[in-house]
Amino acid sequence: MIDKQVATLAEAVAGIQDGATILCSGFGAVGSPDRLFQALLEQGATDLIAVSNNAGSGQIGLAALIKAGRVRRVICSYPRTTDPVVFEEEYRAGRIELELVPQGTLSERMRCAAAGLGGFWSPVGVGTRLAEGKEEREIDGKRYVLELPLKGDAAFVRADKADRWGNLTYRKSARNFNPVMAMAATLTVAEVGELVPLGALDPEVIVTPGIFVDRIVVPGGEA
Amino acid sequence: MMPLNRRQIAWRAAQDVPDGAYVNLGIGIPTLVADYKPAEREIVFHSENGILGVGPAPAPGEEDPDLINAGKTLVTLLPGGAYFTHSDAFLMIRGGHLDLALLGAFEVAIGGDLANWTTDDPNMSPGVGGAMDLAVGAREVRVLMQHMTAKGEPRLKRRCRYPLTAPGCVKRIYTDHAVLDVAADGFILREMIPGLDVATLQGMTDAPLHVPAPPGVIATPPL
Repeated sequence: MIDKQVATLAEAVAGIQDGATILCSGFGAVGSPDRLFQALLEQGATDLIAVSNNAGSGQIGLAALIKAGRVRRVICSYPRTTDPVVFEEEYRAGRIELELVPQGTLSERMRCAAAGLGGFWSPVGVGTRLAEGKEEREIDGKRYVLELPLKGDAAFVRADKADRWGNLTYRKSARNFNPVMAMAATLTVAEVGELVPLGALDPEVIVTPGIFVDRIVVPGGEA
Repeated sequence: MMPLNRRQIAWRAAQDVPDGAYVNLGIGIPTLVADYKPAEREIVFHSENGILGVGPAPAPGEEDPDLINAGKTLVTLLPGGAYFTHSDAFLMIRGGHLDLALLGAFEVAIGGDLANWTTDDPNMSPGVGGAMDLAVGAREVRVLMQHMTAKGEPRLKRRCRYPLTAPGCVKRIYTDHAVLDVAADGFILREMIPGLDVATLQGMTDAPLHVPAPPGVIATPPL
């Protein structure tokens, strides 16, 4: 029998090691699995690399991990989002590294890792500071830079509904980075709003098939 | 002579968006373009976080926290709209599926070089977001910005002072003083606000202005 639901948030983040690369979903605060970040804070892993579109809003979620000094490096497209106070303070003090990646390149690098590809040639960034040091080539008269895959040791995603096999659906623009991050990590943990019986999700609307998902937790409704 | 306000710049740009176009609106003045879409045209607005068919701000009581735009403001979805994942949102951008990107900018240089992602301000972290993807990928890029900085320095230049977002991508610029097209060796003046003369506008522009035909007069409603 397959049952990916774990009973507690602590179980959901168990085993994540110091130094791990965590794919942190969400766009601003929307679609962000804040309870998993809180659980990881309590779990204690440190020296983390966070891959995220933004670098945390306010004082919760990823921002709380950053504030506690657990994150060594952020790989993101836009650290400044609504209320980015925690990251800005750490960055100005030189306590956190920043790798800036164009937003589409960020998602495609993860998709590449998910798909078992060794990289891709992108026109984005050519002729700019963000292409410095990258291999470049011309294809059909257009210039491209080589972008390499980006894989997570873990992915923290947030979904609307799940079943025990790990099939996931999302709500509106809270889908954002969740599907690609769910595919691109060794261990994918989903914080979900509701667990439904197997067969209750319309197969036509499942966005992330359960093959990509390892653990499911329903905060507040822990089994 | 009365420079256009931000809403009037957006109104002027909106008049040039054709019926049936798929359009991405950047943060800042471009976001206002949606408010001035000519009523008889169907224009599909794209948001980088996975929405086609972005509608206006929600009425009080209709807000959905899972439905935001790239600027992380609450929006609505029009009938016919769709949600999709970040990878697909950027595939649309990078793959040339968008007809038009209307973007803000710090500077535009002759030849169409765009600088709109960082001023290297040491007091804040840099962020690139989807700027480079849009600049490279949309079939046409137009810029909406003030003609000069608050300090009175030209933003239309021979060469960008700030780091480039992409070289050679901008086709047309809407400012608070004029509408101009980009040429390899200058800017082609198309329209000016009432009461402005070419010599004065040239004094506000750090590159040659070409005037192949008498410029039109920008006539916007009071907004």
